Amino acid sequence: MSILVDEDTRVVVQGITGGEGKFHTEQMIEYGTNVVAGTSPGKGGQSVAGVPVYDTVEEAVEAEDADASVVFVPPAFAADAIFEALDTSLDLVVAITEGIPTQDMAKVNKRLSEVDTRLQGPNCPGIITPGEAKLGILPGNIFSDGKVGLVSRSGTLTYQVVDSLTQRGIGQTTAIGIGGDPIIGTDFIDALELFENDEETEAVVMCGEIGGEDEEEAAAYIAENMDTPVAGFIAGRTAPPGKRMGHAGAIVSGSGTGTAQSKIDALNDAGVPVGDTPEEVADNIEDIL
Amino acid sequence: MRLHEYQAKEVFADAGIPTPPSALATTVDEVVEQAAEVGYPVAVKAQVHVGGRGKAGGILLAENEDEAREAAESILGMDLKGYTVDKVLVEGAVDFVNELYVGVTMDRGEGKPVAMVSTEGGVDIEEVAEETPEAIAREHIDPAFGMHPYQARKVVYDAGVPKEFARDVASVLTTLYDLWEDSDASDTEINPLMITSDDEVVAADAVMNIDEDALFRHPDLAEMEDEAAGDELEAKANEYGFDYVRLDGNVGIIGNGAGLVMTTLDLVDYYGGEPANFLDIGGGAKAERVANALDMVFSDENVDAVVFNIFGGITRGDEVAKGINEALGRFDEIPKPVVVRLAGTNAAEGREILNDELVTVEETLEGAVQRTVEYAEEEE
Repeated sequence: MSILVDEDTRVVVQGITGGEGKFHTEQMIEYGTNVVAGTSPGKGGQSVAGVPVYDTVEEAVEAEDADASVVFVPPAFAADAIFEALDTSLDLVVAITEGIPTQDMAKVNKRLSEVDTRLQGPNCPGIITPGEAKLGILPGNIFSDGKVGLVSRSGTLTYQVVDSLTQRGIGQTTAIGIGGDPIIGTDFIDALELFENDEETEAVVMCGEIGGEDEEEAAAYIAENMDTPVAGFIAGRTAPPGKRMGHAGAIVSGSGTGTAQSKIDALNDAGVPVGDTPEEVADNIEDIL
Repeated sequence: MRLHEYQAKEVFADAGIPTPPSALATTVDEVVEQAAEVGYPVAVKAQVHVGGRGKAGGILLAENEDEAREAAESILGMDLKGYTVDKVLVEGAVDFVNELYVGVTMDRGEGKPVAMVSTEGGVDIEEVAEETPEAIAREHIDPAFGMHPYQARKVVYDAGVPKEFARDVASVLTTLYDLWEDSDASDTEINPLMITSDDEVVAADAVMNIDEDALFRHPDLAEMEDEAAGDELEAKANEYGFDYVRLDGNVGIIGNGAGLVMTTLDLVDYYGGEPANFLDIGGGAKAERVANALDMVFSDENVDAVVFNIFGGITRGDEVAKGINEALGRFDEIPKPVVVRLAGTNAAEGREILNDELVTVEETLEGAVQRTVEYAEEEE
């Protein structure tokens, strides 16, 4: 079992003819992902890594019966690519692109409330169900099949924690990167709910970071709705207010909201142990299991 | 990207928002000259990207030439929370009876813009937001439609702005929203928006921050960025295309991926050290980028030791190690101890390749950070 993606997921790659799109299509196929189509306006009829390319997402979805897409389109055109995907029958759109203007995402966010399609990202590493499929840029070989779900706002931090788990022989059901931008599709609560309802997932790791109030809201959700135990980590304890730490969303505002401490306190109050180091997170998961 | 007050005021004035007469000055004589032009009394205001300028002595009032000279001498060249003041705005002082707050920003929780108005404007608006949030009226805007005129009126009424000024304040707010949208701003804000003794509405301050990710659509605003640059190393990082933040400690930190670099900072603190910076080199770790990153951190004189933390994902550890060796080869000498920690794909092969005559190689993140903190303490 897993959430959102498995070996049967039929994937379209948006922006497949670009450098990133092409490289990661090859990587995804090598991992075993069922990539059935790619899109690139004006390049319909070509093929990349043995995958047929279409001009529009609609054509690709209809011709290949696809149910998920991965977006590798450059930031200036990425919101348009997401709108295009949302106007089809796809179940899931995973936006990898970093640097999409925030106001573009506010408009996408409005559209999301009107459609059934789920957006994951943007500015995220993607999603992986070990041994079955990966959509995005995650390095497949550090993951292993198992019983721990993982949700994170950051890419390499996810890899760090997964690596610790895998080396201790603790595998994962699905790992999902929700992205480091201020406005994202799938959030912590959405992912936690999916893991709560997944029979295979016996524990969840949640990696948050400074900025916004998503972690606090997730803590409240955990306390009220989850039986599956959760272990947490929060990055950015030493970040000064007003300075953006790489991610567009990772900023402690002048008025003091979004601090690491408020997130750690909220999670602790919800019964979630928060590790001081990534190794401690793996310790906590080991204890839970 | 933050605009200076004088830049934002120019943008606001061009859009029709009333602002006091003002002029920019960089020398004491210029201040005196401009003050005569603007007309006394004037406010002399430091143009630096620092909050709470007034309380820190960066804004002074002058009634006459002597006071203007005194104010200019005191402010020009002063150090304001780490920034040297090299220009001031000389502005006609406003005789006000009331100070309002008006602003537009993105409410990330809602994923929508929000327009805000308060009758408790002035220096302590952040305290107001914290202690009596109900004193700030808020209206969420549907980004697909923009702000409807009724929404501007509603939020102004909700805030309790006196009826006779409601129309003017709503008009300023509408302009602020339009500017916010058209410029891809993250914030447009006036605090205080003054109501003068002549019943006029005047913007006595101006804040405008632009979404960095949207600057490609606004070359005119992007051009203002150089003028707004602060720290020298932060400007250099901009040039190299790094995400970089300078901090006060002595442990230099380089890594890939924002979350992992933040975590490395936190671990330095956890093990008793003090981070000197945040530096994310992004994906790939090519020799050129590694060399530039090392060059930056080495040139920070506060740095006593450096931890280089790379998680090799798609880019394999052996390739990363070759990049690091090549980058190290470009320096005549390695001026400060460097600890490298490589993890992920082919990490063991990578560690074999790393030149351990030039750097200390550690296997775990925790071990690498502890070792670097020790080196930093020895060097101090």
